[in-house]
Amino acid sequence: MQLIINGQQQSYDGPLNIQQLVEHLSLQNKRIAIERNGEIIPRSSFPEQILNDGDQLEIIVAVGGG
Amino acid sequence: MDTLVIAGKSYTSRLLLGTGKYKDFTETRAAVDVSGTQIITVAIRRTNIGQNPDEPNLLDVLPPSQFTLLPNTAGCYTAADAVRTLRLARELLDGHALVKLEVLGDQKTLFPDVVATLEAARILVKDGFHVMVYTSDDPIVARQLEDIGCAAIMPLASLIGSGMGILNPWNLQIIIDKVKVPVIVDAGVGTASDAAIAMELGCDGVLMNTAVASARNPILMASAMRKAVEAGREAWLAGRMPKKIYQATPSSPSEGMITGSPHSAANN
Repeated sequence: MQLIINGQQQSYDGPLNIQQLVEHLSLQNKRIAIERNGEIIPRSSFPEQILNDGDQLEIIVAVGGG
Repeated sequence: MDTLVIAGKSYTSRLLLGTGKYKDFTETRAAVDVSGTQIITVAIRRTNIGQNPDEPNLLDVLPPSQFTLLPNTAGCYTAADAVRTLRLARELLDGHALVKLEVLGDQKTLFPDVVATLEAARILVKDGFHVMVYTSDDPIVARQLEDIGCAAIMPLASLIGSGMGILNPWNLQIIIDKVKVPVIVDAGVGTASDAAIAMELGCDGVLMNTAVASARNPILMASAMRKAVEAGREAWLAGRMPKKIYQATPSSPSEGMITGSPHSAANN
């Protein structure tokens, strides 16, 4: 399964939900927000969100800025 | 108590501080603490994915429980990008709706695209955001942004990160006089006197980042800015004396002057 995460193409073995992806990326204890194909995914529904081949994900954090 | 009220919340500090360009998070936190600020801006960016899992997170250093975080849309050049960024920020910050909107129109000057800014502001206000909006110092646009329902109008004093100071106090004065929501100078402040001048004009607050972060000693400048904003505010509240052009008035009494030549032994 191919996913595009923050603009980078990545290969994963499916099936995979967003919670599992987050853990795989070691982001489970980080303050992040995720958008899937342009739609914001509430944190509470990460385990229900089964990823599909070709999904585009944006995973964001807060950084220093003015 | 003299407080700044934004979207129903009161703040005792009128200095808003950006968190970009510091040497490290330790310096960021120290500058924030010394400045006395209660509202800090943050940017929203893609996380690195797995390359560096132990990288410290800004929100661990500046937790939302201690500060009002103001996520920005720095780097956005369309209304759609700005709206998308702030919706992600709201999810990131557990529904926190106070945001800083900026839609840029030019990469060199970072001047705002006010047409796109108005469009984004309409969408965000309708979507329940409390929008503090970066804009040019055009009083008409400022009023239009207020009419849309923005929580604060934040005109530039000069270009972002330029440190050129308050270039058009007259426009800022018109905006302050016309707009009822808080007016916060955002961008262009270079040193303490700039911040004081903004506050003496009657601004409700000053937002800055580079002036502190790019000072030789950012912590000391954060302290100077705290005092400058407080001093400018107090001066505005006190009401300055009228200027008397080319007309001196002595401060000391003109009566009781010691006149006439003294008799002294040396003259005889």
